[in-house]
Amino acid sequence: MSEAAIVVEGLTKTFAGRGRDARPVEALRGIDLSVRRGTVLGVLGPNGAGKTTAVRILTTLLQPTAGRATVEGHDVVRDAAAVRSVIGLAGQSTAIVDELSGRENLEMVGRLHHLGKPGAAARAGELLEQFDLVDAGERMAKTYSGGLLRRLDLAASLVAHPAVLFLDEPTTGLDPRSRLAMWDVIRNLVAGGTTLLLTTQYLDEADELADEIVVIDRGQVIAAGTSEELKGRIGGDVVEFVVPDGSRIAAAVDAVEPLGESRPTVESDSGLVSVRVGARGSEALVETVRRLDAAGISSVGLALRRPSLDDVFLALTGHAADDTSDSEGVSP
Amino acid sequence: MSEQSLRWAGNDAWVITWRNLTVWRRVPAYLVFTVVQPTIFTLLFRYVFGGAIPVAVPGGYVNYLLPGVIGQTAAFATMATAISLAIEAQKGVIDRLRVMPIARSAVLLGRLLADGFRMLVTLLVIVAVGYAVGFRFHNGVGGALGMIALAEAFGLALCCVSMFIGLALRQEEAVQAFGLIWLFPLTFVSSAFVPLASMPGWLQAFAVNQPVTHVINALRWMALGDTPLSHNGDNLWLSIVWIVGIIAVFLPLAVRAYRRVS
Ligand SMILES: Nc1ncnc2c1ncn2[C@@H]1O[C@H](COP(=O)(O)OP(=O)(O)O)[C@@H](O)[C@H]1O
Ligand SMILES: [Mg+2]
Repeated sequence: MSEAAIVVEGLTKTFAGRGRDARPVEALRGIDLSVRRGTVLGVLGPNGAGKTTAVRILTTLLQPTAGRATVEGHDVVRDAAAVRSVIGLAGQSTAIVDELSGRENLEMVGRLHHLGKPGAAARAGELLEQFDLVDAGERMAKTYSGGLLRRLDLAASLVAHPAVLFLDEPTTGLDPRSRLAMWDVIRNLVAGGTTLLLTTQYLDEADELADEIVVIDRGQVIAAGTSEELKGRIGGDVVEFVVPDGSRIAAAVDAVEPLGESRPTVESDSGLVSVRVGARGSEALVETVRRLDAAGISSVGLALRRPSLDDVFLALTGHAADDTSDSEGVSP
Repeated sequence: MSEQSLRWAGNDAWVITWRNLTVWRRVPAYLVFTVVQPTIFTLLFRYVFGGAIPVAVPGGYVNYLLPGVIGQTAAFATMATAISLAIEAQKGVIDRLRVMPIARSAVLLGRLLADGFRMLVTLLVIVAVGYAVGFRFHNGVGGALGMIALAEAFGLALCCVSMFIGLALRQEEAVQAFGLIWLFPLTFVSSAFVPLASMPGWLQAFAVNQPVTHVINALRWMALGDTPLSHNGDNLWLSIVWIVGIIAVFLPLAVRAYRRVS
């Protein structure tokens, strides 16, 4: 038995293209990745990177153009039925029927998983409990907020105790509070030993939830590693401040230089000083204040900037994480 | 197929059927569609146009009309089939069902069964409304049951067409527009509401040879027996040939479109 729950080799998908001037779309251009059993892989990439396409191939919804993928040892093309019996999927699409209550939705899924009527009812009860949906469970799903709906949908994907779970952008479109709640739910799941492949557009989400991260851009893997490794490559947190008095900039740079991992950079027009401080963000922020104070330098707009997906992309590819997808035909 | 997998296929289709019927029961608009709309149609034709259309059948226009409304309603009821499937494909519901290890037939079979039941309710409502406004069967219980059965069979055949359209177009608005394009001419340029002899010749040529006319003539023949306007059973055989043909062509097309939804 291999340790890998998901293995992907050279996965390629070319869509025929839509519309009149249909050019083929290379959604995936040879992706390799693997996910160790019981761990979380974060697939990080901007809109249109190919995340959903990859998830759809891995969940047997789409045939790859080339390459190979296995889930728990089953080939996603030749052994699709076996793959389906060990996976769960939640994310951008939903299995929830608006006119059924939360409980009825879960029972329906249970019966489609052949748990039998009593089995499905018992499992629905368990999941409502586990996902803090007991109160909402008797209401029709159409009355649910976005956050509740995502939780119910996630619960639905877990009815059959899947060994491998796929979550396609589970928090996109949620307000910050529901997002945090969702993170908690996901962390609990993972603690139970489920293998998870999660796609996201947010570095902080991948950082928060994933053991390893794969960054994809335009259908290719452009970086892979742990969150720490990735942040190392992009320089981690950045402390920024503006010195309005141009003649004091050099003194400010000298004052904060010991905090940085490299020499601070200066934008001389605006007087913006940026210091890369690695993972020691908040600590470095306090220290910056102290040192500028001690040197008698007045500054404005002091801030700690955590790297965003944009920073990742800028560092890895030299271009920004542009939105290339979704609005076909409307090119900027 | 093993006995076990056959049982599961039955279970899966039944669960999807139950789901579809529950949604139908809980959305007032759907109930209106299934009950109120055909009632209004029946009354409208009976009282607004009825006086102006002379027909040679026992009991007069209401007896001529009712099998026509039955046939037209069976056809129109399939619009909902196409729209529901298009929405489900568009929202990704079908994707999510396909990720579960359920029988491949379940989604389409569940749709056919639920919509077939819905259609039956509608047809019975029309017969009841018809009875209230003067319609009477003239060909015994067998004829009456035969009429409902044939209308149901025709409706299910058209459901296959609608399933294909819904899954191929996958957009609610497109399905709606397209549904009207084929359903309106087929049902109105037929013997549903007026005798064909009252149409201009070029229209008659189409109306005489199209399936809705055959089916409605056959419905009429079963409801009323031999009359000058429904004078033989040939229409029944032709209807059955059409129904079998439509299913033979469109059910495989619908299955293929379903597999391609992703
Ligand atoms: N069915 C399809 N037909 C044609 N192009 C598609 C199809 N699905 C996705 N694409 C294209 O493939 C690319 C990757 O899409 P997707 O996998 O959805 O990206 P992501 O989930 O990362 O936003 C995009 O350019 C998208 O427009
Ligand atoms: Mg996506």
